[in-house]
Amino acid sequence: MAVYEQKPALEAPSNTRGIIHWLKDNLFSTASNSALTLLGLAFLFMIIPPFVKWAYIDANFAGTTQEQCTDGGACWVFIKMKMDMFMYGFYPQAELWRLKSVLVLFLVVLGIFKLVKTNIIKFIVISLYFIIALLLVNGGVFGLEVVPTTKWGGLMLTLVVATVGILFAFPIGIIVAFGRQSNLPIIRSICVTYVELIRGVPLITILFMSSIILPLFFPEGVTFNKLLRALIGITLFQAAYVAENIRGGLQSISKGQYEAADAVGLSYWQKMFLVILPQALKVAIPNLVGAFIALFQDTTLVLIIGLFDLLAMVRIASADSHWMGMETEGYVFVTVIFWAFCYGMSRFANRLEKQFNTNLK
Amino acid sequence: MLALLRNQKVRGILFQILTIVGVVAFLWYIGLNTTHNIEQRGIKTGFDFLSGTAGFGIGESPISFHESDTYARVFLVGLLNTLIIGFVGIIFSTLLGLFIGIMRLSDNWLIKKMAATYIDIFRNIPILLQILFWYNMVISMLPSPRQSIDFFGIIFLNNRGFLIPRAAMNSTTISVIVSLVVVFISLIFLNKWANKRKEETGKDFPIVLFGFGILIFFPAIAYFIGGGNFNFDYPHFQSFNFKGGKSISPEFLALTFALVIYTATFIAEAVRSGIEAVSTGQKEAASSLGLSSYQALKLVVLPQAVRIAIPPIINQYLNLIKNSSLAAAIGYPEIVSVFAGTSLNQVGQAIEIISITMLVYLTISLVVSALLNWFNYKMKIKEK
Repeated sequence: MAVYEQKPALEAPSNTRGIIHWLKDNLFSTASNSALTLLGLAFLFMIIPPFVKWAYIDANFAGTTQEQCTDGGACWVFIKMKMDMFMYGFYPQAELWRLKSVLVLFLVVLGIFKLVKTNIIKFIVISLYFIIALLLVNGGVFGLEVVPTTKWGGLMLTLVVATVGILFAFPIGIIVAFGRQSNLPIIRSICVTYVELIRGVPLITILFMSSIILPLFFPEGVTFNKLLRALIGITLFQAAYVAENIRGGLQSISKGQYEAADAVGLSYWQKMFLVILPQALKVAIPNLVGAFIALFQDTTLVLIIGLFDLLAMVRIASADSHWMGMETEGYVFVTVIFWAFCYGMSRFANRLEKQFNTNLK
Repeated sequence: MLALLRNQKVRGILFQILTIVGVVAFLWYIGLNTTHNIEQRGIKTGFDFLSGTAGFGIGESPISFHESDTYARVFLVGLLNTLIIGFVGIIFSTLLGLFIGIMRLSDNWLIKKMAATYIDIFRNIPILLQILFWYNMVISMLPSPRQSIDFFGIIFLNNRGFLIPRAAMNSTTISVIVSLVVVFISLIFLNKWANKRKEETGKDFPIVLFGFGILIFFPAIAYFIGGGNFNFDYPHFQSFNFKGGKSISPEFLALTFALVIYTATFIAEAVRSGIEAVSTGQKEAASSLGLSSYQALKLVVLPQAVRIAIPPIINQYLNLIKNSSLAAAIGYPEIVSVFAGTSLNQVGQAIEIISITMLVYLTISLVVSALLNWFNYKMKIKEK
């Protein structure tokens, strides 16, 4: 019996592979395409080399004062010298170990998350982490000196505002989204009013409101510090957006799911938390991450009401008389940090979207 | 009694009553505290302050403004400035967004990647940071008035702003403006008529070509009828600074630039996803009917893409207007900056002022979402 062996496939014809062919296909397929490519290259040539020259080739990395920045390019010495300020604001030097240990603990938590698979343990670990982090940053227990919130600043404050905003806006958003879907007319109208009111105005007006009007709402003697007031404003603002995103997810759940849950005899809250919400969140997660990216960007607004977040620290640092005209370096530095965080989150959202996409194609 | 509590309807009503009582009690509590606090601190109430004298100047204003004008006029100036920045921002961000969105769909690898990079970079940088960055760039990178960058000797760019010639309000200018308005209105009707005729008879009307034709022809005639002289007031350098012409402040320049660059990334994404959402089957069907690729784009793809892309784009317009409130950080005199900022500091009536400001934005939002609903209604696929 003849044995037929499969022969290896021939290589593609030489005129359809290789870099030349790729170039021809993608960049120079037609005359107008070639023109576009050249135009694009010219544009890139106008922007990239001068920037690289400024930011790297002519830049100054060594030294400790502005006088040592003599090469004409960017003066990264400024960033180097002010690094602690950008990261931790006016947090006392002697207490910085507390912030650093919060960071180390975060890595530990990430490690535990890799090892442990049980959700309840994960939840306990992360809750414990936030409590310990708060105690460490704020102080006041175990003989730790209290660091008033007026000294908090820099990237650390940005992260505090963003984290608190996300953590508290999420549950409020879920409740409001449920309320908006509820068939009780009064509950529904309260939730609709809340969401539409908040979404109709810019965050800055909410921040003004929480920082100026909020203290008037409470009896004398009850005082909130500035940070807490900003946090309340940001949380209420963010909750409305979270609610809208979750509502989008809820709307995508078919009626059959509700009816099935009712048929098995689940109560309202069991139905919502065990059947509806898990499916709705899956749909809503990409948009939710989008909302959190927006929140992270919006934390910069606290500088307008006088908190010292990362962006505000750059403005303060470049007002230093020993470092004149360093705004550009500062802004570029902050841009890179914000960009890295936001871009990272949006990549994460893309990954989640693929991971949660259960439609088999 | 217990059986009654188990009834879902009864429970629903009970729950709602409890909520109302809770909300009312909370508002009551807040109201009491607020009135008490306001009395304690000696803050005035009511809207009388609006007729008080502001006592501060405003750098740029579309209507005349003096220190002796009232807070009501401050409000008006702020509102107008907000609307101006919104209008200019919307126009330029739409143009840039469309451009980038189309680049993103190009066959050319380099162009596609450039557009994608642009979007990835600028939508991930906080808008406030961008505003401050461009403001800093305008102030520190552009030359002083003496060394202005000049374009043909009539347009100048320096760190005090952007100077362009200003047309005098004479008969020529007015007649050209009137003719433009007339041409635009008649184009709308012409377009309607052309579409209707096409549906009835299948005859095409070269609306784009014709439109451009009359857009140039009629204003040109109006120019000569009106006297043929704009009487431009050109900016010119005089001892220390420029005189004459229309100057656009660095604040406005930086704010527009930042808002346009930021919002355009979102509009570009909306354009792209709108066009990509039209299924390939539609394009194939169009080409199998023998439509050219331009016809397929114009008659099949774009009408469907627009339906998907417009709602998110309009939402971005709203975001742009809301984001323009960040001008407070660089001092462009829009409503948050001069009214909820300077005026509030002077008057101290936070509740009234912030409520008015919020109301302005709410009104804008409501108008825009009404517009959106109308659009969605118009665009709904009419099934037979």
